[in-house]
Amino acid sequence: MQKRCKGNRDLLPLDMASFRHVEDVFRSGCLKWGYEEIRTPTLEYLHLFTSTGTLTPSMLSKVYSFLDWDGWSGERVVLRPDGTIPTARLYIESLPQASPAKLFYVENIFSFEETGRESRERWQCGAEMLGSSSPSADVELIMLAQEILGKLGISGTVLYLSHAGLIRSLLRELGLDPAEQTRIFDQIMDGNASEMMRTVATGDSRLKDSLSLLFDLNGCSPGFIQNVKATLIRDFPRLEASMDDFLAIAQLLTDMGCSYQVDMALGKGFEYYTGVIFRFQLGSQKLGGGGRYDDLIPLMGGGDVAACGFALDLDHLATISKGPDNSRSTILVRAENAGKSDKVIFETADQLRQAGYRADLDQGYTGTTKHRWILSIRGEKGKPGFVLTDQSSGKTTELDSISEILGILQVANATKTGPS
Amino acid sequence: MQLKLALPKGQLLQETSTLLHQSGLEVSGYDEQSRSYRPECRSLPNAFLKVFNEKDIPIQVAVGNYDLGICGQDWVEELLAKYPSSALVKIRDLGYGRKDLCMAASKTAGINSIDRLNGRAENIRIATEYPNLAEAFALARRFRRFAIFPLWGGAEAYPPESADLALISETPDNPVNHDLVPVGTVLRSRAYLIAHRPSWESKDMGSLLDRISASVGKLQPPSERARAVGTSQDSPWPKRPEDSGSVWLALPDGHQQKPTLDFLARAGITISDDPRNPRRPATNLAGVNVKVIRPQDMPLQVANGNFDLAITGEDWLADHLYKFPSSPVKKVVTLGFGRVRIVAVVSKSLPFESPQDFRAPLRRQDITTLRIASEYINIADKYARENHLSPCRLIPTWGASEAFLPEDADLLIENTQTGRTLAQHGLRIIDTLFESSACLIGGTQATAGVKEKRIADTVQRLERTLKES
Repeated sequence: MQKRCKGNRDLLPLDMASFRHVEDVFRSGCLKWGYEEIRTPTLEYLHLFTSTGTLTPSMLSKVYSFLDWDGWSGERVVLRPDGTIPTARLYIESLPQASPAKLFYVENIFSFEETGRESRERWQCGAEMLGSSSPSADVELIMLAQEILGKLGISGTVLYLSHAGLIRSLLRELGLDPAEQTRIFDQIMDGNASEMMRTVATGDSRLKDSLSLLFDLNGCSPGFIQNVKATLIRDFPRLEASMDDFLAIAQLLTDMGCSYQVDMALGKGFEYYTGVIFRFQLGSQKLGGGGRYDDLIPLMGGGDVAACGFALDLDHLATISKGPDNSRSTILVRAENAGKSDKVIFETADQLRQAGYRADLDQGYTGTTKHRWILSIRGEKGKPGFVLTDQSSGKTTELDSISEILGILQVANATKTGPS
Repeated sequence: MQLKLALPKGQLLQETSTLLHQSGLEVSGYDEQSRSYRPECRSLPNAFLKVFNEKDIPIQVAVGNYDLGICGQDWVEELLAKYPSSALVKIRDLGYGRKDLCMAASKTAGINSIDRLNGRAENIRIATEYPNLAEAFALARRFRRFAIFPLWGGAEAYPPESADLALISETPDNPVNHDLVPVGTVLRSRAYLIAHRPSWESKDMGSLLDRISASVGKLQPPSERARAVGTSQDSPWPKRPEDSGSVWLALPDGHQQKPTLDFLARAGITISDDPRNPRRPATNLAGVNVKVIRPQDMPLQVANGNFDLAITGEDWLADHLYKFPSSPVKKVVTLGFGRVRIVAVVSKSLPFESPQDFRAPLRRQDITTLRIASEYINIADKYARENHLSPCRLIPTWGASEAFLPEDADLLIENTQTGRTLAQHGLRIIDTLFESSACLIGGTQATAGVKEKRIADTVQRLERTLKES
């Protein structure tokens, strides 16, 4: 038996219904907030992702890179391992940079996973705002993501906040050399803050206490951040700007009635974050997240452009938020005498579709099907007759015309196809 | 229960042979004079031994063709750098075969430390036989842009003109070329005993392992030589050598070298060997610089503009163009010497007379996956596609390819002059893909000025010699 590649998954009809449902909710949500859709290529140059300030080494070691058919120069390409960096590349390469760009995408990303039990191809719903440094922009993205999760009917999600700028400032204040700062920042971004605590704070109880205030304690209000600021700022005065930024975001979220947990040990896996980082969780499941990355576009040669964004894990959301089972609302159209009524079948199905219903021609279904409605067509003496069966109730009705069929479907409130 | 052991030829052969002898294993046919690939071990009648090029051994052990293998750690790490989940267990350092892998730069390039290259926006070119380790190194160092030139050998010849760095191996007997300076150590390697992980987990190999372990350390490792690694200095930003209109000509090493030199001599071109630097001989061709590199590497080097002309084989040009169809490299002159046939070969024990004969057993799944071994991996890939040989698995080899049949491959794509060697190894030619001879290759991109004239003069001289002969 032929098998799919290890570490990859097929999406079956029900999976696709859920996938499209999430995608539709995400797309319509973003469009309503004024975001415009983009799509970047699956292949990008490897060098886009290799600089310090892009992916962490741990992520970089899992990219799919290879030489293309014209790769004689040794220039490697990758299967896109991230959605944000290609979006930044697209923005620099193709969009006017005079005003903020609000962009969104639904794209797959690729990352090697050793066991093959998790999928190596994952789908993301991402939104990026390029050209705004305001805390209000961060809050807008958080609110947008929350609205989408709400519209997907997912309740009980928790929003976690951290601040990469604050962590970077702290590492600078600790007097570590730039390479060590990057290494420890990567550890924290990979979710290993406790390892960092052990490494950095060895033998210095005062420093350990300060770091513990930041990394071990969680809060849920601007007051918590204010308390941490008041305690740390005397020893680490250069944390003030990041603290104030974090405070402004937390305050605005509180004003908007949005609850959150501050967890500085929140890892996000990317080196490019410079400001607030956020994540949405349902229990222990990570649904998505994002943050501010003001240094990425300058690093890529795109000038001094601040930016922030988020991505939701489409695969995961599709397992939680089930889409409609369209097969249940489809009308199966069949002939009672095979071969005699083909033209009538096609015409009848077409009229049903034009009226907004899903019409499925019977090309050989056997046994009981999932269709709620079955329309059988008799071709007697040149005049068709119809028998409409509602499988949910077992009720059968003999009808003479399409308009009678549509009348029954309308009364029964049969589901019509969506706008797509 | 059969126990399969892969043994190295080349540099590790002698000491490995000594190790086996000291382990009390009576192995015959495993010495530098032997032409057999299948030594015999009288003291372990259930053991099957085969000799491979060292570089092939980690792959053979990882895929499960062999339970145990002995090879340099460098080749183990080269495999694991790309495929970390390979089914390999590193059992133990055998204490001999010391080899250091280091990044080296030309003394004239101003790259005294690897730190000088961090953050450099310009492409950093790394030439090496270890492309996976080089890529891992470049990623770990966070080089912003880099290009790896995978080589069959002779990496030390590339800096500074054709590469910024060369990842090369140095041994106590073969230190870094005096034109180069080491700027970073990547790996300190020794001979290693490795095992196929499932074999390690399920087979009792204790008797053999016990004997080998008891002998490790009895071999005297050569004295270690202190080596200076370049240190960071406040030198100016490294600059690449400027193009002064010189023509760079690549000549082949190995068995193509002598016929090439004979032909050039007939053309009145002298190539004078420099014992201090054998890869950079002098020539009487005005404005032409010569380097001696592997013929396999030449098409890629010409495509990248590192050489203007090169004498290689049509086989290697085809292999390159099958991988990179739009590569800017072309055949300029067919030279006619070094003529070989590229052939498809099977073991005489198989009842196949043509590649089509594989299709039915593949369809019936009598052969679940056709294993095709070749040095010409892109030619082999195309051959499998065009002959509908699927599913297949390509096994890249680095020499001694005929040893793979029949145990470790079903089909071999190989070159042969007379077919006698293949026949001696019990192999049968079932197809001829094409004939190949030496050729002069050049770039397709236009050159100008004095360089253009020098290239044209060189080409005309070779063409004239061909006509006269």
